[in-house]
Amino acid sequence: MEAIQREAIQTVLDKWQGQPLYLHLETTNGAYAALRSESPMAVCAYIRNGKIRYERGTIAGTGPYRIGLKMEDGWVYAEGLTDWEMDSQGRLLVAGHDSEGRLAIAFELSETPFPM
Amino acid sequence: MEHVLAVFPHPDDETFGKAGTIALYTKAGIPVTLICGTLGQLGRNMGKPFFATRETLPTIREKELRDACAILGIKDLRLLGLRDKTVEFEDPEALADRIETVLRELSPSVVMTYYPEHGVHPDHDGLSRATVHAVKRLPQAQRPVIYGSAVTKNAVEALGSPDIVNDVSEVLEIKLAAMRAHRSQSEAMMEKIERDLQDPKKKEKVEQTLKMERFWIYRT
Ligand SMILES: [Zn+2]
Repeated sequence: MEAIQREAIQTVLDKWQGQPLYLHLETTNGAYAALRSESPMAVCAYIRNGKIRYERGTIAGTGPYRIGLKMEDGWVYAEGLTDWEMDSQGRLLVAGHDSEGRLAIAFELSETPFPM
Repeated sequence: MEHVLAVFPHPDDETFGKAGTIALYTKAGIPVTLICGTLGQLGRNMGKPFFATRETLPTIREKELRDACAILGIKDLRLLGLRDKTVEFEDPEALADRIETVLRELSPSVVMTYYPEHGVHPDHDGLSRATVHAVKRLPQAQRPVIYGSAVTKNAVEALGSPDIVNDVSEVLEIKLAAMRAHRSQSEAMMEKIERDLQDPKKKEKVEQTLKMERFWIYRT
């Protein structure tokens, strides 16, 4: 992965507008957050292979970045994004890493399902 | 013939806090079989500096696990193919079935797992509960001793002093090599350990933590 290039991600979001996609969206502060007293509790949420279609997809901010996908019936939102890549399988992988390089948020879109 | 069965949900669980004990077994010629539940697909650590992505992490961690097994002398590794963070939501009877099959096949004298409700990570407790459940299906006389790893802050308060404290000094280099093998998960930690070892105020405590491995016997 490399530091986010906003225009490049916007180009991908525009290209996939209106077509069915698979979403991996995740945020975590680590299963040991409370044990290490980093925060009062461990918090994590993820959706893998949510099927979505958006009518407007936008990346915003000056880094860390935000992405919002406006759908017919709702929204997908991600904040704290720092790094990205288009992987060898043509999937858009975006992530936010903290100062220690640990993953704090992942936002991924793919035309085919992510492996289980 | 003695045999040890280790049952853990993530690659690296067999190493952190336990690698020395495993290395002592294999060094003594006692075979160790490891059942690993998931590939730690949702780990937060990605290396330092990070080199894994959410999608490459499972492949990287499986390789790290195989490397660590080779270092520790674990020749029999079995993957359950579960997904990180979902173990507690699987059917506990079905999980216990899979563990029971291995228990009956190997008749281990010792089973290493987390101490139920003291594993901190929900996957640790999910799989240790299933393991205890599987052991309890065996007739009393055939049940292996369960070495539980308790990693909660209140472990000693709740469970008393550990039943077993293994001094693993003689295999410390092996243990450290296994920790390093789990590179994506351990780079940040190893950096800190090596820094603390240079600090006279912290050295002794870090060495003690590395050299002393603690287990609580779970009575069935
Ligand atoms: Zn674990």
